[in-house]
Amino acid sequence: MDLTLSPEYTAFRDHVAKLLEENAHLAPGPEDKGLKHPKRLAWQKFLIGEGLTARTIPEEYGGYGAEPDILKSRIIAEEFARSGVPRPLAGQGISMLVPTLLELGTPEQKEKYIRPTLHGEMIWCQGYSEPGAGSDLASLQTKAVEDGDDYVINGQKIWTSTARQADMIFCLVRTDPDAKKHHGITYILFPMDTPGIEVRPLVDMTGSANFNEVFFTDVRVPKSGVVFEPNKGWQVANATLTHERGMLGDPNATKARFVELVELMKRETVNGERLIDNPLLRDRLMALQAEVYAMQANGLRIMTSRLKKESAGLAGLVVKLQGCELNHQIAGLAIDALGELGVLYGEGEHLRSEGSWQWRYMYDLGLIIGGGTAQIQKNIISERGLDMPREPKPTVRA
Amino acid sequence: MEFGLSEDQKLLQETVRRFVAEQAPLDAIRKIAEGDEEAKQTIAAGIEELGLNGIAVPEELGGAGLGMLDAVLVQECLGYGIVPSGFLASVVASTTFSSADTALAQAIAAGEVRFGIALNDLVSRRDGAGLSAQNGVLSGTSMMAVSAEDATHLLVCDVERNLHVCAPQDYQVLPTIDRTRVFTELKLSNAESQISLADGKGALARACLLLAADSLGASQAMLDKAVEYAKERKQFGRVIGSFQAVKHLCAEMAAKIEPSRALIWHAAHALDMDEGEALVMALLAKAHISEVATFVARTSTEVHGGMGFTDLVGLHYWFKRIGVNRQLLGSPAQLRQMAAVAQGLVAA
Repeated sequence: MDLTLSPEYTAFRDHVAKLLEENAHLAPGPEDKGLKHPKRLAWQKFLIGEGLTARTIPEEYGGYGAEPDILKSRIIAEEFARSGVPRPLAGQGISMLVPTLLELGTPEQKEKYIRPTLHGEMIWCQGYSEPGAGSDLASLQTKAVEDGDDYVINGQKIWTSTARQADMIFCLVRTDPDAKKHHGITYILFPMDTPGIEVRPLVDMTGSANFNEVFFTDVRVPKSGVVFEPNKGWQVANATLTHERGMLGDPNATKARFVELVELMKRETVNGERLIDNPLLRDRLMALQAEVYAMQANGLRIMTSRLKKESAGLAGLVVKLQGCELNHQIAGLAIDALGELGVLYGEGEHLRSEGSWQWRYMYDLGLIIGGGTAQIQKNIISERGLDMPREPKPTVRA
Repeated sequence: MEFGLSEDQKLLQETVRRFVAEQAPLDAIRKIAEGDEEAKQTIAAGIEELGLNGIAVPEELGGAGLGMLDAVLVQECLGYGIVPSGFLASVVASTTFSSADTALAQAIAAGEVRFGIALNDLVSRRDGAGLSAQNGVLSGTSMMAVSAEDATHLLVCDVERNLHVCAPQDYQVLPTIDRTRVFTELKLSNAESQISLADGKGALARACLLLAADSLGASQAMLDKAVEYAKERKQFGRVIGSFQAVKHLCAEMAAKIEPSRALIWHAAHALDMDEGEALVMALLAKAHISEVATFVARTSTEVHGGMGFTDLVGLHYWFKRIGVNRQLLGSPAQLRQMAAVAQGLVAA
């Protein structure tokens, strides 16, 4: 056990901290709305140039081109969390498509898509889930029929974030309806302005449309958009789903929220008493602090496994389930602590933390469900982590 | 930067694990619970032979010169096998006094003295209870002493929360749900304080963390038993471990246990490095694992169905180990309050 950083990494941390501090004024603020706001794009370009994002992506594709170094990546993430300086862009194009293309894309696909995606000039959405294919994603039915050099696509996707802003979609479609469900799927890229695509915003419980439904009617797209090979889309998608699960439940983000909650409870008073002086609320706060410590330590353990190129085993499998639940509980305590003011939402003079705790409480429930529901996570933990048998398939009666 | 165990630590774990599996099977534990003194002494001799009691005593004093993380790994193995032992008391006593009285630490490592500890009053003292220390002599009572029944020395705390070493005098056994371990109420009358120390926080942190590790080990054992049982037991024509209702219970146990393990290792490391957060982490680690272990104790029992409720399977010994650990040296709510005070969030 050695939790100290060598001089090389201490120097790197100082370097990153200084860079962020000195250049924070370049970062976009909340008033700079729009995914392609010039200030956002300039900030992203600056961060790539300094190696604070897209760090290990080769220079020829618009990245910084550094050797992979898990510790340095972690230091960068920690310094963003600590300083509160706006983070680099992190859409699904950057987090999921780019790693997929780097691994499985053709030279043309890499050349065409990676650079503009990294620089925020090309926005992507992910066409995976369907109304009838959620946890059982492989049962998706959106159909792509070959026609010369094209596919003609019909069907519907749901839970598509940034579909309205997206230039492009990476999409799973069924190309072989006769094959077993995992074997007839193709991973394909096409522009969102292709005729026949309709996007309808999907308003969720937070009151805003964080997601969309996307409808395809005779959408004709070139076969050159296929990533890897036709009917191998399930493998391609699984390469990226690993990236998504790793993103949910980041302990640094959870720690930052916990610190915010402590500040709130020290600042806010009721009947002349600070919220933190209420023993019942304080007890819940301390219980959450123990969990925050635990998830941070668990994160360090996982990172060590990755450094050693070993599997993190159960420590890794439990992160999505435990991390998302913990975030939800932190927001829940903030709301309870605020009492009647906890329900204020939207705008108004009595609103606390811009109403963000209610927003998080609701949105975090969405994250407990999204990206593999809590119940699917428990299946994964018990089957892969505890080696318990799978639920037998129901026998079909004639 | 490495968060994990060294090769030596893995070897230590393996050694103690093997000892527990071979020398302390459930049959032996049952005998101890029924009052078989010989069974108890056999295990005590085995632990002595492995040199575990002197694990945290510096090498120049004849100990192994290891730290709290190593001690935590040993305690986790002992908790896994619900082994009754004087290990916790030895480690807490030797780390508390290894600089104040090197001869005593040396004697612990050599197996010449056996310590009992009574630190409960650092956390909660009942009305009318407590030890007064006047003119270097201790009088009064102290509840829930650990390993005091066959000790040659006692580490106690007075009503001012100062620590003392004294010779054992009278005690009364306090029967608990856990019959594998003996807990006592000390009754002292003008016992001479041989050594005294003002700050009990270090001893409290170490004792809490060892109890946490013990509950962690017991929880892991209960999870392993639940998974094993669920893979064998058949109902409705298939093993119950293939039902999601049962699998999810097991997954929930694992999901709570695994981060707790990282927390306990981290807290132990913080104590070894003498970090500022170490006390808060140790208090919260015990509070947290107590909640997790309580959940595991009932859930594992439920997975075992009716058999979990029987004496035959013996699962209840782990249930009770966890139940007692939870209340010893501060229930979760008490420890969380102390953690809030220790980090200056509220006044004491």
